[in-house]
Amino acid sequence: MNDAMGMPQSAVVVGGTSDIARAVLRSLVARRLRRIVLIGRDEIGLAMAARELQALGAQQVDVLTFDVTDFARADAVVRDASTRLGQVDMVLVATGVLGDQPRDELDPEAVARVLSTNSTGPAAVLSAFAVVLRQQGHGRIIVLSSVAGVRVRRANYLYGASKAGLDAFAQGLGEALRDSGASLMIVRPGWVATRMTKGRDPAPFATTRDAVAADVIAGMERSSAVVWSPGSLRLVFAMLRLLPRGLWRRLPG
Amino acid sequence: MSGASPKPYGVPTTRQTLTGWGRTAPSACDVAQVRSGLEVDRLVSSAAESGQGIVARGLARSYGDAAQCAGGIVIDTTGLDGVLDFDPGAGLVRVGSGTSIDALLRAFVPRGWFVPVTPGTRYVTVGGAIAADIHGKNHHRDGSFCSYVTRLSLATPSGRLEISPERDPELFWATAGGMGMTGAVVEATLRMLPVETAIMMVDTERAANLDDCMERMARRDAEYRYSVAWIDCLARGAKLGRAVLTRADHARLADLPTARRGDALCFAPQVRAQVPATPPPGLLNPLTVAAFNEFWFRKAPRARTGELQAMAAFFHPLDGVGAWNRLYGPWGMVQYQFVVPFGAEDSLLDVLRRLSEGRVASFLAVLKRFGDADPGPLSFPVQGWTLALDMPVGPPGLGPLLDALDEIVAGAGGRVYLAKDSRLRPEMLKTMYPRLPEWRVTRDRVDPGGTFVSDLARRLGLVSMHSPLRASRRGRSNPGPEEDVVR
Repeated sequence: MNDAMGMPQSAVVVGGTSDIARAVLRSLVARRLRRIVLIGRDEIGLAMAARELQALGAQQVDVLTFDVTDFARADAVVRDASTRLGQVDMVLVATGVLGDQPRDELDPEAVARVLSTNSTGPAAVLSAFAVVLRQQGHGRIIVLSSVAGVRVRRANYLYGASKAGLDAFAQGLGEALRDSGASLMIVRPGWVATRMTKGRDPAPFATTRDAVAADVIAGMERSSAVVWSPGSLRLVFAMLRLLPRGLWRRLPG
Repeated sequence: MSGASPKPYGVPTTRQTLTGWGRTAPSACDVAQVRSGLEVDRLVSSAAESGQGIVARGLARSYGDAAQCAGGIVIDTTGLDGVLDFDPGAGLVRVGSGTSIDALLRAFVPRGWFVPVTPGTRYVTVGGAIAADIHGKNHHRDGSFCSYVTRLSLATPSGRLEISPERDPELFWATAGGMGMTGAVVEATLRMLPVETAIMMVDTERAANLDDCMERMARRDAEYRYSVAWIDCLARGAKLGRAVLTRADHARLADLPTARRGDALCFAPQVRAQVPATPPPGLLNPLTVAAFNEFWFRKAPRARTGELQAMAAFFHPLDGVGAWNRLYGPWGMVQYQFVVPFGAEDSLLDVLRRLSEGRVASFLAVLKRFGDADPGPLSFPVQGWTLALDMPVGPPGLGPLLDALDEIVAGAGGRVYLAKDSRLRPEMLKTMYPRLPEWRVTRDRVDPGGTFVSDLARRLGLVSMHSPLRASRRGRSNPGPEEDVVR
């Protein structure tokens, strides 16, 4: 059960090897989190993440291999994970690929792959978790979105569009879960230094996975619906959204 | 089970999202507004059959998640109100468990009878008072609520049981402070306290710091039936724990000026103000609370004796403001109440120092001395000092700070109050309540299937339990091996 500060005792993470997800889990294990199911494609990476969490004090860490684009299995995997925990206090969906925009945009199959990994697959998984949380009458879903989806840019419009789709889906699902006892929180980080962005130039307002994790925890403690990380991006994007297209095009980063 | 209807309770229910008084950690439950004990029996047996969790809820004054059961059934007992029987010779009153202390006082103070143990609010039900084995400002002298319960009728998965301190004492005392996990109280008989007036004779004094306050309480508490101190948690240094101490007794008729003797038993408190539905966050912060504390301390007389106060003003000052819990803002609040044994005064000072250093805005910190414990294995009050602190949720670092306070309290042989709890680390429970195994044996005797469960019980691992997911699969007639998950 989540406590008064929104701290969970059990969690399922989809995209269990994500740097941001791992940073969040480390902070949560230091508080109340004891039982975890990690879901993802990379079996070895998941096993390493599981070992680390156990060393930090988690009592039970189960690993399920699953490709988020394997829509037909989504329901079964979600049921399996939920049964292992009994009560699912928290669901963190952190799957995502950045892709290689210049190359991917010329390959229709790659376009579809980025969109299904970042948007369609997570939407399917989220829908399955919504059923579980609605039935159990409590629990928090956290969806890792991105500011890249708030206003899409030429340089990464595939990634941006996929996150925009996921973000919009999550907003709708959050509304649908009102009065169900469950809740949903969207996290919109700016540019984060992680494995995913390794080798790329940081954008303005760049941050770190630990800073994002701290913002996520603060958002959980305050039952926020949307968390921007860093928080200043909320204002920045309120303005950027209104910027004339010609100016928006010329912005750095 | 037959399982034709998805909600085979036999009593209409509505899906509602519930929280405790602290307005934290909501969960959705099927709430059944019961009108009779028979309906309670039906709900309990259908919950036991279907594998659903169930718990009773009164006026929802528990701060945390004690009276909610996510995905399960919540019995709203407030319809089980009313006086069933009164024996004026013995002062024994039999009431439905949903009867509030407010209703009891309004009915019986004018007839010269007072509820023997009343907490800081009148808006608790008798059932809730038993489940939490509540205490009042007279604990040092009179003990806790269940010491005045002579009989109760309990709806359990093993049927309706009539118990008393003589008849099945194990179950009676497991129910006292058992947080509703032994069954749902349907009726109870209380022994009332005779009073001559509805007026209190109050002595007030200021104490310069915590040591001074504790010294004054230890020295002269025994002379009064009621005693409590308000502590300023934000004062630092030599003023750490400065306090306003109020102690009182029921005024006798002879204590009143002749003009007031005519309506000496008049009891008619009113709600004077209502907090709006959505106050802004951050209303109560270290600055505003420090200002309030300064005002409160200075407003109190250095020493005043024999002041005549109305009962409600003395016992339930906060009841004068409706929904005051909303003042703490949209993220809700927690109350941290703990007791440490006499001799562990240093740990109390330690807690206050940590709070003062952390600049945690606790307004209305209340200190009191507990007397002898009653036999309940999970009953909170044990001999020692108890401190209760209200604070808003939201400031970063509050969770870890309270975790650190738990360590101090447990290290001193103390415990936190489950009726107030919404955030204790489950690992601490067995240290703070060492008689937990003994309590579980009694509870499992009447509820072997783990039907009674609450969010608090799940969070703290108070009871062994079946998960709702497993239970619902069992409901779909897919037996398979059931596994008990102890959390």
